[in-house]
Amino acid sequence: MENEKSKLGWKLSSIALGSVLMIGAMAVEVIAKDWGKHQVDNRRSGYTYMTDETRAVQDDDFENPGMLWVENGESLWSTAGANGKSCASCHADPDKDMKGVSVSYPRYDKKLGKIITLEQMVNRELVEKMGDKAEKFDSKKMLSLMTFIGTKSRDMPVNVKIDGDANPFFEKGKAFYYERRGQLDMSCANCHEDNPGNMIRANTLSEGQINGFPTYRLKWQKPGSVHRRFKGCNKQVRAKPYKAGSDEYSNLELYVKWRGRGLPGETPAVRN
Amino acid sequence: MQVRKTTLIAGVLAVTSMIGAQSAFSASHMKKYTVEEHAINASLTGKAGDAANGRKVSINRKKGNCLACHVISDIKEQPFHGNIGPSLDGVASRYKEGELRLRMVDSKQFNEDTIMPAFYKVEGLHRLRKQFKGKPVLSAQEVEDVVAYLLTLK
Ligand code: HEC
Ligand code: HEC
Repeated sequence: MENEKSKLGWKLSSIALGSVLMIGAMAVEVIAKDWGKHQVDNRRSGYTYMTDETRAVQDDDFENPGMLWVENGESLWSTAGANGKSCASCHADPDKDMKGVSVSYPRYDKKLGKIITLEQMVNRELVEKMGDKAEKFDSKKMLSLMTFIGTKSRDMPVNVKIDGDANPFFEKGKAFYYERRGQLDMSCANCHEDNPGNMIRANTLSEGQINGFPTYRLKWQKPGSVHRRFKGCNKQVRAKPYKAGSDEYSNLELYVKWRGRGLPGETPAVRN
Repeated sequence: MQVRKTTLIAGVLAVTSMIGAQSAFSASHMKKYTVEEHAINASLTGKAGDAANGRKVSINRKKGNCLACHVISDIKEQPFHGNIGPSLDGVASRYKEGELRLRMVDSKQFNEDTIMPAFYKVEGLHRLRKQFKGKPVLSAQEVEDVVAYLLTLK
């Protein structure tokens, strides 16, 4: 009887052990999933949170609808502005001249004494060098130029400067990221630091990385800027959004870009 | 054992009357409640909740939107339940009515760091869109209705 019992006990514990091992193996499998270039240390590009279908669209330049915007950007590159000059007048070889640009913005700008985003830099060129008017962050022309420039940083590691003059702005961006806001009283971190991989209704939360921006949104049938995404996330929690190009969002962009340090440029990434 | 007793709204009223006319809103339209032992034992409205309406409020994306974060197996006609929070199946056997009510009113009184919104709170919030200023996510009666619904999840 005694023997019987202990046998049974052993059996039970071996079943328990077996299932622990199984769960263990499953967990290892999840952790060990190899995301290749899309993961650096524990940081994963938004690409890795998408469905296989969406990833396939991003991976194939012939299917990726963002590439139409890139092509438009390419033709704008050599289109003359009001004063007869084009981007190409000063940057004749965009493959070389724009290499690594996207992944190194936003930056501290001495002239402004604050952070400048790549859109604002493009606007400076349009206005000061070409005599054109400034574009909105999500105008067709701006998104075309941004996606075109972005492709010149493909697979290059995100690498923004956060020391020296940039540092106080970086710290402000970081504070914004952890600050709760809106009627629903949530911070960026509540969703993108604490819950990546979890479902919020039908959406899988990602880490909110910006290495693929401007990203092409299938839902919108067009690309969207980083600041437009920030606005959308602010509105979701019923907070008053800031304006595209505001100092608040530029500082936040610097901080969020840094969170994705080392991730590859993926513009134009594709999102649902 | 010491009973922790706080009359929250009274404090808020004192603050709003201090700022007086300058305050963007007054919390005087909010029902008063008393927190005892991590629970609000009395109905906010003095009336019983309507569980059937509570179920509707829990589904409605503009109201409770509980399915954004919780699985509720009772609501299987709705696809896509989130998994940010624990499943609410059987929640009535884990919590008393008063605890569920406090959790609905202000879940941060259980866990400061929680992502779960406070559904009946207007103070201490930051950068609200205009249309939400001074308004709780749910009305006092809707909170009661959801509590009544949660109590059916045994
Ligand atoms: C209530 C939850 C929630 C909060 C709070 C939130 N977001 Fe998001 N965010 C989402 C969802 C859902 C998506 C779409 C799915 C995804 O990529 O995570 C998203 C997407 C993003 C993306 C796009 C990522 C990609 O790969 O395309 C960025 C960037 C982002 N959020 C940044 C932020 C920032 C910065 C804040 C704070 C100002 C913030 N989010 C607050 C829910 C939230
Ligand atoms: C944005 C996410 C979110 C939303 C929306 C949300 N909750 Fe929660 N809820 C959570 C999390 C996370 C927890 C886990 C406890 C914690 O964080 O302190 C939780 C815990 C709970 C608990 C305790 C459950 C347990 O087993 O301990 C109850 C009850 C509850 N929520 C009810 C609701 C109801 C009802 C609604 C809608 C009216 C709702 N929640 C909306 C995130 C959410």
